[in-house]
Amino acid sequence: MAKQYETVIGLEVHVELATKTKIFCGCSTAFGGEPNTHTCPVCTGMPGSLPVLNKQVLEYAVAVGLATNCTITQSCKFDRKNYFYPDNPQNYQISQLYLPICRNGKVEIETETGKKYVGIHEIHMEEDAGKLIHDDWEDCSLVDYNRSGVPLIEIVSEPDMRSSEEVIAYLEKLRMTIQYLGASDCKLQEGSMRADVNLSVREVGAEQFGTRTEMKNLNSFKAIARAIEGERERQIDLLESGEKVIQETRRWDDGKGESYAMRSKEDAQDYRYFPDPDLTPIVLDDAFLEEIRSRQPEFREEKMARYKEEFDIPEYDIEIITGSKHMADIFEATVALGSQPKKVSNWLMVETLRLLKEKGMDPEDIRFSPENLAKLIKMTDAKEINSSVAKEVFEVLFDQDMDPEKYVEEKGLKTVNDEGALKKTVEEVIAANPQSVEDYRNGKEKAIGFLVGQTMKAMKGKADPGMVNRLLKELL
Amino acid sequence: MDILSMTAVSLGAAIKKKEVTVREAVEAALDRIGEKEKEYHCFVTVDREGALGKADEVQKKINEGELTGPLAGVPVAIKDNMCTEGLLTTCSSKILGNFIPTFSSEAVRNLQKAGAVILGKTNMDEFAMGSTTETSAFGVTKNPWNPEHVPGGSSGGSAAAVAAGECFYALGSDTGGSIRQPASFCGVVGLKPTYGTVSRYGLIAYGSSLDQIGPLCKDVTDCAAIMEIIASHDPKDSTSVERKDLDFTSALVDDVKGMRIGIPRDYFGEGLDGEVKKAVLAAAKALEEKGAIVEEFDLSLVEYAIPTYYTIAAAEASSNLERFDGIKYGYRTKDYEGLHNMYKKTRSEGFGAEVKRRIMLGSFVLSSGYYDAYYLKALRVKALIKEAFDQAFSNYDVILGPVAPTTAPKLGESLLDPIKMYLGDIYTISVNLAGLPGLSIPCGLDEKGLPIGLQLIGDCFSEKKLIRAAYAYEQARGAFGRKEGK
Repeated sequence: MAKQYETVIGLEVHVELATKTKIFCGCSTAFGGEPNTHTCPVCTGMPGSLPVLNKQVLEYAVAVGLATNCTITQSCKFDRKNYFYPDNPQNYQISQLYLPICRNGKVEIETETGKKYVGIHEIHMEEDAGKLIHDDWEDCSLVDYNRSGVPLIEIVSEPDMRSSEEVIAYLEKLRMTIQYLGASDCKLQEGSMRADVNLSVREVGAEQFGTRTEMKNLNSFKAIARAIEGERERQIDLLESGEKVIQETRRWDDGKGESYAMRSKEDAQDYRYFPDPDLTPIVLDDAFLEEIRSRQPEFREEKMARYKEEFDIPEYDIEIITGSKHMADIFEATVALGSQPKKVSNWLMVETLRLLKEKGMDPEDIRFSPENLAKLIKMTDAKEINSSVAKEVFEVLFDQDMDPEKYVEEKGLKTVNDEGALKKTVEEVIAANPQSVEDYRNGKEKAIGFLVGQTMKAMKGKADPGMVNRLLKELL
Repeated sequence: MDILSMTAVSLGAAIKKKEVTVREAVEAALDRIGEKEKEYHCFVTVDREGALGKADEVQKKINEGELTGPLAGVPVAIKDNMCTEGLLTTCSSKILGNFIPTFSSEAVRNLQKAGAVILGKTNMDEFAMGSTTETSAFGVTKNPWNPEHVPGGSSGGSAAAVAAGECFYALGSDTGGSIRQPASFCGVVGLKPTYGTVSRYGLIAYGSSLDQIGPLCKDVTDCAAIMEIIASHDPKDSTSVERKDLDFTSALVDDVKGMRIGIPRDYFGEGLDGEVKKAVLAAAKALEEKGAIVEEFDLSLVEYAIPTYYTIAAAEASSNLERFDGIKYGYRTKDYEGLHNMYKKTRSEGFGAEVKRRIMLGSFVLSSGYYDAYYLKALRVKALIKEAFDQAFSNYDVILGPVAPTTAPKLGESLLDPIKMYLGDIYTISVNLAGLPGLSIPCGLDEKGLPIGLQLIGDCFSEKKLIRAAYAYEQARGAFGRKEGK
């Protein structure tokens, strides 16, 4: 009865590059300015304005191409993609069709089913469009060109993926590579990384690809996985009921868990691509490629292997820490300042991850400095503060990145190591809690915990709990 | 002193010597405009207030020694496809009928830095598409030599304004002959520089890979002086070239001994008016008598220039003109339902017939399935035309020929037969395709008393050879110009 189907998936991934200025003018790429404040004649398509390529865009595109084993097109150029839409001020987008900057790459991915390569068909550079905002009050649409001209690369994969797990692994791999290069922060939710999924199904063993659809509006890995499952089911249902899959672009509604058709191939526009005469062909000589190659960072796999060699920390920690270039940088810098790797790793794995999760932040958003974390670790090593004070201090450090030594000094949080002073407090606690003392003496070991707590409370947490414990036992 | 009969350089010198004030010069030009505009209609916009205000400001800077250049204080007219900050810039199109730029084109800025006073913006064929200035949405310009005839185009307003004495020089733009041909029809000097010599920043694009700004002026000396001001390397224009040989006035030398001049036989065949041929060959003779070596040769590929040009220029134009959509600036239709209807009505109402024709042509040659057959093939022919010129310039310093097959046609004749109008570009178009400099200089009058133009074509970056040859010819020819009648 039931036929077995295979899913065939290729991705088109747009990545917003982390340049300070736009791709063809000097306007800022900063997020969130007042509408149309990061604009000039070039990125608003004023008559007579001309584009000039931002060299940093080239450098990032080549760096990503090299990191994904692409062949770099050493003589490439920009083309115009012509279509009318108000967010596109010239009514053409400057992109690359005929000679994209990178071609024929591949990246290795690993899933539960093993390792495999996903081919990269091409990577091209292009400009982003502006944003349309509907004004319900006036019942009109307004255009904000702040995003117009923000540089993008589009990474087009081969149809090499067969499951949502592979897709997620591929996206993670791209994200990690690009973050390590510093070419983008690759945040799906904020749109600095966007993936369109091309998907078709075919009977297992079939040689021909089925008719594919393109799915847009996928804002998270979860949405991508759900959209892939949903579209696979939809296409199989169509085929099983004797209908055909129509080649079309569909929009995923993650809330409803379903997609709807945006436009079919028949409505596809003729973009009338042709080389942009305002931009001269780009020639990248060997020296330029060599320079970019020499600046490539240590990527995640290499870093993981090195950590295993150098640091005595669990493999799981290594995976998490290297999962963010930023976190790995903090880890290494803190260790370089003399802190014990295991302790640094603990601060990152426990308290840092907890706070990130609580505050809904990404590891990329960590703001505390390795210097201050190292100082904190040094103080705990020297038992100048106890662990609960250290956690308190760390929470402040996480938010404000202040000097923990000064902070502890100012707030008077140093552990009291003066046995005489501590002894006095312990005696007071014993005198004030005869019932617990009695319980303890009657063999209720647990009662000492309460007495330790009372002592710590009386000391405002600034005592070494070990010492308190010892003193209590002695005095009792 | 007859200010209006002065060349730009002689007026600049007189201003410097305090024989003429800037205000007097501006007022003289404005008076002539007031007197003749009704008849010739060279301008879309005359900026009377702006020019008079600027005159005093420039005079002050001259007096204080801040402005010392040869053209400081000399009034100029600018073709209406170059952006001028705060001053209406229409491309002679309804779709930009209300467009006031927020910045000035680089060429205009260069002029302003040199103390130029802008009188206004000159009429042109709509978006520079046409050869007669009759496709303007704001009325036709007439040829001052005979108002029943066209001034040529697309820089017809600029050429006619210089010929009529309504300005002392003007800027034009040349995509397929739009400076040289109106210069020829109006009896003035015009130069289309090597592609990349004058910044295109702020020039509203027609055919981006072909467009160049250049001067229209009274003589070769003015031409060289203006070029020194407007030519510059501009980082805002990726196609701008950094040149070290911008001392054009150093080529104003009356000596062509040993200069090798090639006359392409292909430029003197069928279609060329007998009187034009005679005048052009006489000019060649004059240069030969001054010691130049003049030879005939076969350039080849000339007949392919027109289809190649109209494919490439129209393709680029179809894309360049997409931004005029009623959203951001310019004309928007009054009543519409939804976005696409707004686009359609705005562009249908905003563009004239010739512009629409070229947008359709350009959209067609770029469309899927035709791109290779038309656009790519045209690019290949363009490369071959460049090779043919390279070959010629291995033998010659300068190529000499006519600018146009005839003198200025009568008003209305060309619009009836656009193919014929396109064919009129045959001698000028390949210069743009190959990116070369070309100069047009008057070399006589036909029986009707209309000027005939001589074209000198050079290899890339050889404007100085053209200026030298033209200057020597000008010395041999003697004074040329029309006296404003009555």
